[in-house]
Amino acid sequence: MRAFAFIVRRELRLALRRQGDLLNVIVFFVVIASLFPLGVGPEPNQLRAMAGGVAWIAALLAALLSLPRLFASDYGDGTLEQMLVSPQPLALVVLAKIAAHWLCTGLPLALAAPVIGLQYALPADALWVLLISLLIGTPVLSLLGAAGAALTLGVRGGGALLGLLLLPLCVPVLVFGAGAVTATLIGINPSAHLSLLGAFLAVSSLVGPWAACAALRVALD
Amino acid sequence: MDLAGERGGQRLFGNLSFALGEGSLLRVRGANGSGKTTLLRTLAGLTRPAAGAMRWNGRDIGDAYRRQMLFIGHAPAVKDELTVMENLEFASRLAGLDSADSKIKGALEQLGIARLAALPARYLSQGQRRRTALARLALSAAVPLWLLDEPFAALDDEAIARVSALCAAQLAAGGMLVLTSHQDIPIAAPDARSIELRG
Repeated sequence: MRAFAFIVRRELRLALRRQGDLLNVIVFFVVIASLFPLGVGPEPNQLRAMAGGVAWIAALLAALLSLPRLFASDYGDGTLEQMLVSPQPLALVVLAKIAAHWLCTGLPLALAAPVIGLQYALPADALWVLLISLLIGTPVLSLLGAAGAALTLGVRGGGALLGLLLLPLCVPVLVFGAGAVTATLIGINPSAHLSLLGAFLAVSSLVGPWAACAALRVALD
Repeated sequence: MDLAGERGGQRLFGNLSFALGEGSLLRVRGANGSGKTTLLRTLAGLTRPAAGAMRWNGRDIGDAYRRQMLFIGHAPAVKDELTVMENLEFASRLAGLDSADSKIKGALEQLGIARLAALPARYLSQGQRRRTALARLALSAAVPLWLLDEPFAALDDEAIARVSALCAAQLAAGGMLVLTSHQDIPIAAPDARSIELRG
């Protein structure tokens, strides 16, 4: 547990000293989501209906932008090698890196969601549901993304490959995350959607780190 | 144990068999590409041997082995954004070593880089980076097996003297050391051997 804490602390410290990367992701998220009202016009009902979907697609793309860096820098400078030969369990190291990744991307994305809600004239209850769905759903992106990032480690053009690998896996998150917001808008209780998101979170928290560990061992063989 | 290793389907070494005891120094020699790094990575448990097996105290290598082994490869594992001190502190915590501030400072002192402690690693030269990575040796007296891949590369004479003194002290205290090097740096050892890899 102490190992988990000090790895998370180090990752956060590194992220704070590379603020550009951090800001990139959030600005990208807000810009993508802001392009839609400009493109499709200011009709409030139309915007409201697509708000959930747009916010989730933008979050997915923003997470994708940040994922290639998850292991690449540690791989390049030999830190990953040291993590593998260290007495700390690799799964713990990977989980700590995933947790830090979520704190630096998923959490800020969720907190930036109200900005998007304003542009789409979302009512307060739908805004809350969007925020909650992002809070439950973005960890799934970090967990599955870690497996994808580990699999594409050291591959030329790995970023594009990562997208091809990860986006299909994230379709359920997109469907239920956006679905929860739409359901709220038409007066249906979104708890079923949110529960399914929670189920995906539970499954991916088992599968993601396990797959990432296996892929990292192969990448460093 | 007839250890063998291959990279990209090419057999680099085979029929290798050795055992290390207290105070053993094993020098791995060979031309570029003869498999020295592969052998060390295999011993560290990073690369799986193409054939053969390794035993630590008669057991297959596992978590217990990783606690008693230190591996420093070509890459220094030093992060540009962190200071020299933060880098060493993380490395030693990751390795499960005592990482009290005084110990870390002492280790930097022993490698002659104490005055760089608060400097972000991006300003370091290649040799200073290497010293930062090797400062972990000064904290690892209790770790019995050291695997060092080209520890003297990029180091100046003064640093080579400091590192070889640490190695000699480790061997004198009953540690084991496997090292690859192109230079013939003298290291006093109770039991010194060498193997030559031919690609």
